Amino acid sequence: MDDQPYRKPLPAMDPLTRPFWDHARAGRLAVQACTHCGDVHVPPTPVCPKCLSDEQEWRVASGRGTLMSWVVFHRAYWDGFADELPYAVCLVKLDEGPLLASNFASGMTGELAVGAPVEAVFERATDDVVLPKFRLA
Amino acid sequence: MNDVAALRNKAAVIGVGTTRYGSFPETDDYGLGAEAFRNAVEDCGIDKNEIDGLLVCRIPYYGRMGEILGLDPRWTMPLPPHGRMSGMGIVEATIALATGRANYVALIYANIGRSRRVNYGGEGTSFWDPWGMTSPGASHALMFRRHMALYGTTTRQLAEVPVAFRYHAGLNPTAVMRKPITIEDHEAARPIVEPLRLLDYCLINDGAVCLIMTTADRARDFKKPPVFVSGVGGQEAYSNASIGNFDIDFWYEPTRRAGEEAYAMAGVGHADVDALMCYDNFSPTVLFALEGLGFCGPGESGGFVEGGALRIGGRLPMNTDGGHLSNSYMQGWALNVEAVRQLRHECGPRQVKDAEVVQFVEATPCCRSIVYTRG
Repeated sequence: MDDQPYRKPLPAMDPLTRPFWDHARAGRLAVQACTHCGDVHVPPTPVCPKCLSDEQEWRVASGRGTLMSWVVFHRAYWDGFADELPYAVCLVKLDEGPLLASNFASGMTGELAVGAPVEAVFERATDDVVLPKFRLA
Repeated sequence: MNDVAALRNKAAVIGVGTTRYGSFPETDDYGLGAEAFRNAVEDCGIDKNEIDGLLVCRIPYYGRMGEILGLDPRWTMPLPPHGRMSGMGIVEATIALATGRANYVALIYANIGRSRRVNYGGEGTSFWDPWGMTSPGASHALMFRRHMALYGTTTRQLAEVPVAFRYHAGLNPTAVMRKPITIEDHEAARPIVEPLRLLDYCLINDGAVCLIMTTADRARDFKKPPVFVSGVGGQEAYSNASIGNFDIDFWYEPTRRAGEEAYAMAGVGHADVDALMCYDNFSPTVLFALEGLGFCGPGESGGFVEGGALRIGGRLPMNTDGGHLSNSYMQGWALNVEAVRQLRHECGPRQVKDAEVVQFVEATPCCRSIVYTRG
């Protein structure tokens, strides 16, 4: 039974970021790409940071990346994380280029190492929100 | 004047003022700012009505600050309450003085964050909130983990930073945290965001700082010898700004550029620097700044700081007032005041002997470096 209210921060879901979360809910990791110059970025931007074009689209990424770093929180900056302390946050560089802050997949095992290959998994937070997370590949 | 190097020795700090540091719920930003201003006016002996430039940082409303101090300046610059504005503010005040926009600038910073229980993290405005990624300390922890992995840097080496600065705080009667600490204390401190521990985190306290600056030709008319702004440099790094206070390359390139610009303008090099004042919100940024400035090579800072190298009398005395880690969380402003006091040779037991050149640096998303010299 998991009808406990979800108490962690939820995404803002504004027009700019909603496609990211729509893709995530469908089990896809998407990145914003400029159709003019090809620059790929997350979080999304209203114009392309490289060429300032409005012509941007969302592309499904490979979900593969490299573990750049990780940390372990012993302090809950939001009450919703208090029950999970300590919890880890990882930093992943997607093969497509962008850097993402995320979490490791629930119950993941294995030796963490900077430089290790990782892959995206998708974990439900609420009926509307699925969070892309990562596990060692 | 299209060459920034023309700013060399065009402006000087003539007065500095600081408040007590601690928790002062009975006052507010303006009250603390006014106290620091009055102390700086007293320090240099200026008629406060001569002041025609006002730069404020972390002050809610510049106009109210002017009203309180009875100032109607010709030039005003308000800066946001971010911990990287001190270098930026001093550089911009130098430009205002060099271009005649003001003859005397008061720079006032106040922080009432302790009494108001400000939290640094969990603000709820970041794309990364849903994953629990927040706080500048976590960003520094991410960088330090990476530094450990790439270069073999250890937390015992990192501990050299807060241990040295606490030693300096013990020599500074106004410092908030003065009890000596050891590397073992650092290793035993509770983790906040691993790999960082409590002693890697700066203080949060109330207080205020004021500097009064003027042009070179006016600088010798006051009570204390002037301290000249001999070199300035700057470079921002905004490409990962959504992860606050973070740079995947430890701000090497922007710090290098800021430092080289400042050294070239001042005509000094690493060997001339008698003391380095480094923005130290979290201890890893001190290591990154040493590498970025070129005091050691990339990845070599862990070895560089070992054995008390950052203490007065050591290889490179740093943050001789105790820094943000042990003196006071004045977000760079008090470190610039300490640079001035060192160059006036008025630091008593924490004086760096015969100090002639003191450098300030902030390895942050707004990297700045300033080289100060004795007038």
